[in-house]
Amino acid sequence: MTGALTSFLEASVRTATPLALAALGELLVERAGVINIGLEGIVLGGAFGALLGAGTNHLVFGFLAGCVAGIAVAALFGVFAVSMRADQIITGTAINLLVLGLTGALYRGLYGATGAALSIPTTGSFAVPVLSRIPVLGPSFFDQPPPTYLVYVVAPLFWWWLYRTHAGLAIRAVGERLEAVRVAGVDAHRWRWITLLVAGALGGVAGATLVLSQSGTFAEGMSAGRGFIAIAIVVLGRWRPMGVLIASLLFGAASALQYLFQAMGWSVPYQLFLAVPYVLTLLALAGFAGRRIESPAALGRAG
Amino acid sequence: MRPATPRPGASALSTWHRRAATSLSGAAIAMMVAVLSLALLWVALRLAGFDATLALGALWRGSFGTWYALTSSTLVRATPLVLTGLAVAIAFRAGVWNIGADGQLLVGAAVATAVGLAWGAQLGWLSMPLALAAGATGGALWAGVAAVLRTKFGVLEVISTIMLNFVAVDLVGYLVRGPLQEPSHAYPQSDPIPATMHLPILIPGTRLHAGFALAVAASVVLWWGMRSTAAGFRVRAIGANPDAARIAGRVDVARTTTNVLLLSGALAGLAGAVEVSGVTFALYENISPGYGYTAIAVALLAGLDSLGVLGTGILFGSLEAGALSMQREASVPSVVVTAVEAALVLLLLAISRRGSAASIIARFAGARSPAQDDVP
Repeated sequence: MTGALTSFLEASVRTATPLALAALGELLVERAGVINIGLEGIVLGGAFGALLGAGTNHLVFGFLAGCVAGIAVAALFGVFAVSMRADQIITGTAINLLVLGLTGALYRGLYGATGAALSIPTTGSFAVPVLSRIPVLGPSFFDQPPPTYLVYVVAPLFWWWLYRTHAGLAIRAVGERLEAVRVAGVDAHRWRWITLLVAGALGGVAGATLVLSQSGTFAEGMSAGRGFIAIAIVVLGRWRPMGVLIASLLFGAASALQYLFQAMGWSVPYQLFLAVPYVLTLLALAGFAGRRIESPAALGRAG
Repeated sequence: MRPATPRPGASALSTWHRRAATSLSGAAIAMMVAVLSLALLWVALRLAGFDATLALGALWRGSFGTWYALTSSTLVRATPLVLTGLAVAIAFRAGVWNIGADGQLLVGAAVATAVGLAWGAQLGWLSMPLALAAGATGGALWAGVAAVLRTKFGVLEVISTIMLNFVAVDLVGYLVRGPLQEPSHAYPQSDPIPATMHLPILIPGTRLHAGFALAVAASVVLWWGMRSTAAGFRVRAIGANPDAARIAGRVDVARTTTNVLLLSGALAGLAGAVEVSGVTFALYENISPGYGYTAIAVALLAGLDSLGVLGTGILFGSLEAGALSMQREASVPSVVVTAVEAALVLLLLAISRRGSAASIIARFAGARSPAQDDVP
């Protein structure tokens, strides 16, 4: 029983890691008033970048390449949605299609029609001394691949940045009171660009995590909606770093339910399990009915 | 402020002329963007080391080059793109971000298949219209979930329709391995639907089915409805400015939003039913190669104009049909056209001066924003 619970929690944290990375980046961007539907393309671009970078057999280069690819996709989004003030949802949708098409074509071009049997070495998990010895929680939270620890660092860092620094105040102001910010002489575009590039880096690492810490391979469209889920997680987490962490874990747990059920010997069709996280997200979002959802006031508006 | 009535002084003929002229300039911009994208593709293919001229030649031969390619590939492929493109266009026109046409298409296909398998054999010729109606209903109900979530629970439809897409994919995956699986349980697909449910062929000797005629009819009816009916005016009004529509126009925004989502879902669901009864004749897991996502590009390139969607739907149908022959003849991965479609949308954004959805519409509608249209 304890074993099943530990492996359930371990799987929850593992599934939650790329979601949390992408969602923390999206949190920043949305706080600056930009809704980046192109996050799905950033994650996919990051995964493909990691595939290219990992060809050197140094996993660090894989993560770096994923990071750079994510930043590149985010920058393309920024050129249209921030600098050219184009509609954010339309731009994001186009970026997703673009990355899906480009990575698919390049993948087939570089690795052949199937790319089957393509196998990349993956990072093992690293046990944190002392902490990983805590019963049940230790192995689940502190015996994970490196990207998980990045989440533990980034979330409090973002909290501090957003709520305890002048930069954070400027970012939040851009997302709430665009006109006031302009009168005060704050460059809204500049902050939107900065948050966007940070989000690109994190989204790229999220994609690299899928390839280098989880599957050990690349598949066309392997982001499989994780970027979209991350956007929902930001809403669930009510635009706060700690809220986003909890929402990611909730989502990871919903996805990991299938392992728990298998361990318990209950048989439920596999496809229905796959749908659980999405249905749960819808239910959780609907659960906010009657309460004011504190979305940034200038979200989606051209700067 | 009453809904649209013909303005006194403006003769029907001059209005018609103005509309035809703006549609033409819209078509000119769309064609320019398309040619520019193809030029980009040529350069990209050259850089990637492919025989770009051979590839683009293959693209042409596989799409418009022969009568058979045009009727049996391009127009067949265009049919679901036009129907889902209309679904997206009408929703976006109302400011409703329905990104879920793909899920609605899948549910429509699943419901049409289920109805056809259950009652198709007994009903005879009636089974075909029944299956189409069932598919449209299924799609409408799926979009209706997003409508309820938005109007009753304040959940953004951008997020809910995307989530519902994934649920629909899993649902179809479950159906073709569970309740609807063919009896031998060897393949993840349904039994073939009864022959009475098949859509008739439009042109003998080709694969062009009546679904295309349906798509053409839908775009003409919607074009007329959006411009000339009170309901169409309400849709455009809430899209232009929901607050103004509510206060000055006494438009029930929640109700109009719901109706738009239901109609949008019905069109996408119809696309799914048409695919089953005109092309695949059974339910497969991957029955949609992302029609509902391509539809967004189709609708945007058309400036959200229903007649324009017919044109851009055929254009994108030709791209996807041509991509297959490009893969065969020049070994260029066919998925590259997805990037071309995205480039089309980005180019369009770059061309339109301010770039917002409203300004794209304004450009295509002759530099007048929808808000000003038909308001005395």
